[in-house]
Amino acid sequence: MSTPAPTADLSARFGLTAGRRRKDKFARGVILAATILALVPLVLIIYYLLKKGLGAWSSSFFTTDPTGNTFFKNSDIGGIKSAILGTIEMVALASLISIPIGVGVALWLVEYGRNSWFARVVRFFVDVLTGVPSIVFGLFIYIVLIIGTGSSFAGYKGSLALSLLMLPVVIRSAEVILNLVPAGLRESALALGAPRWKVIMKIVLPTALPGMVTGVLLAVARAAGETAPLLFTAGSPKTTTYNLSEFMNSLPVQIYNDVNSPSTEVVNRAWGAALTLVTMILILNLIARLISRRSRLA
Amino acid sequence: MEAASAPGGGRALLARSPLARLPDRVLKYGLTVLAALILVLIVFFFFELVGEARPAFEKDVLGFVFHNNWNPSAEDFGAWPLVVGTLITSALALVIGVPVAVAAAVYATELCPLRLRTPLSILVELLAAVPSVVYGLWGIFFLAPKLQPAEQWVADKLSFVPFIGGGLVTIPNYFVAGLVLAIMILPIVSAISREVMATVPADHKEAALGLGATRWEMIRLAVLPYCRSGIVGGAMLGLGRAIGETIAVTILIGDAPKLGHQLFGQGYTLAAVIANEFGEAQGLHRSALFAAALLLFVLTLFVNGFARALVVRAARRTGQTGAEASTGGTSMVAGVAAGA
Repeated sequence: MSTPAPTADLSARFGLTAGRRRKDKFARGVILAATILALVPLVLIIYYLLKKGLGAWSSSFFTTDPTGNTFFKNSDIGGIKSAILGTIEMVALASLISIPIGVGVALWLVEYGRNSWFARVVRFFVDVLTGVPSIVFGLFIYIVLIIGTGSSFAGYKGSLALSLLMLPVVIRSAEVILNLVPAGLRESALALGAPRWKVIMKIVLPTALPGMVTGVLLAVARAAGETAPLLFTAGSPKTTTYNLSEFMNSLPVQIYNDVNSPSTEVVNRAWGAALTLVTMILILNLIARLISRRSRLA
Repeated sequence: MEAASAPGGGRALLARSPLARLPDRVLKYGLTVLAALILVLIVFFFFELVGEARPAFEKDVLGFVFHNNWNPSAEDFGAWPLVVGTLITSALALVIGVPVAVAAAVYATELCPLRLRTPLSILVELLAAVPSVVYGLWGIFFLAPKLQPAEQWVADKLSFVPFIGGGLVTIPNYFVAGLVLAIMILPIVSAISREVMATVPADHKEAALGLGATRWEMIRLAVLPYCRSGIVGGAMLGLGRAIGETIAVTILIGDAPKLGHQLFGQGYTLAAVIANEFGEAQGLHRSALFAAALLLFVLTLFVNGFARALVVRAARRTGQTGAEASTGGTSMVAGVAAGA
């Protein structure tokens, strides 16, 4: 019996040639390298946001409106108050519109439509909505509410464009969660004689609520970062307004306008606004993740 | 007992009065109308867009799409330079983004220590939380200037290669736009790949390992072929996103409406032209931009429809309970990754 040389390990005995082992090592190395490569942009973006953005932050940065004085050096260019408030107002209104409608459609899909042909058509169209580029939503609102009515930009028109964008995300995420509500809960309530609407309102919705909050918050976070639908619906005024039927500034649109400026100070204002926006969105994401961890469903 | 002895009477006893049934009806039909509204909305949307775009299509539709001149001051509108620009940037995004995204998914599902799996996925998905305009800001002030010398070097060294080589490298160009798009589609492609890879039966993997395959051979022989259609579907969803992505590309593409002769030169895309010119557009120019939007809409519709079909088929084949759970699961991921 020929005992293998002490240097030959198990894999050699089982015929793993050096070539195959090298290939394995190499492939694993490439995969690891690609994974690290995928994380590099995240690190770079966060690093530059903090580096440039924190420099722009100051107390007056958040409490003053931007000004148009960008021509002269050292002139007061103001802060981003109107942009922050505009974003919050428009996203809040967009949520008020899209969340009830979205949850309603999801309820219909799960409770009534199920797998009927009509439900399948609705699902398909919701998926179509998911794929529509956000700028096209903006143009849609422009056609209907600005060409159609002959009026000009307004905050609520921006909200409507954002709500179109949020709708498919809300519907699909709510549908997933509603599907997870145990059938036993519904059946017990129905067997006890509760009418369908009561089962939906008192059993299904409350059970699904914490899980649905996650999807809704992610939709809100998505809407908050969108520039394209607001460009031609809400405009980009400088002043703060609480009236949703006036032109309304927003963080993404202000950043977009500031990027094209030749003035470094204005570009710095864009970095400060970008850091603000990303912080807001990350907080929403964080809350969404924490809630989804707590939810018993999902 | 009495109810049981008289079935007909029992029914009547249990039945609710019409008034008590009213809320049920209201809820049911109310929700149905709401769902139908979505369809009406999209169809209405489509026809409105066609109506507004009609003047630009007046001559013929193909003439608008394939005419190689976009010149607002001469009132001459052919979308071909924009279509080509969209195709170049999206193709670049796929070529750069998909291999990295799939590798990250493979690493997260097959190779990395269990403890790192969730943090790694969350980190990749954080990329989706960064708004498009912030990618544009970062791209134009950090990435593009830093890359320019390298790009110039490549262009000089490869000057004999058509499209890539020669010419002066501008700071905003096709390549930078494609690169940033690649970063933006990373999270969704990676998330869907990971989800599909998680459905590979452990039996298959164990069988491969049991036959003496190395880890890489197991991935190549058992995991990747099983996930192929799912990964392709994820890549197509990424493609749909890359085609429709507006703001980052508008900032990074250079806004030059000429046919892309050079990878490192300025260009334009369908979405970027709308964002950039719609504000001042009048008359025929505006119609042409609506036509560009229509083109974009139809293009993303096809790409996304195809992608959904692939992802759903991949998920269904792996024996999840019903199509609903699978499609729902996928779009939850899509929703999570939808930040861009």
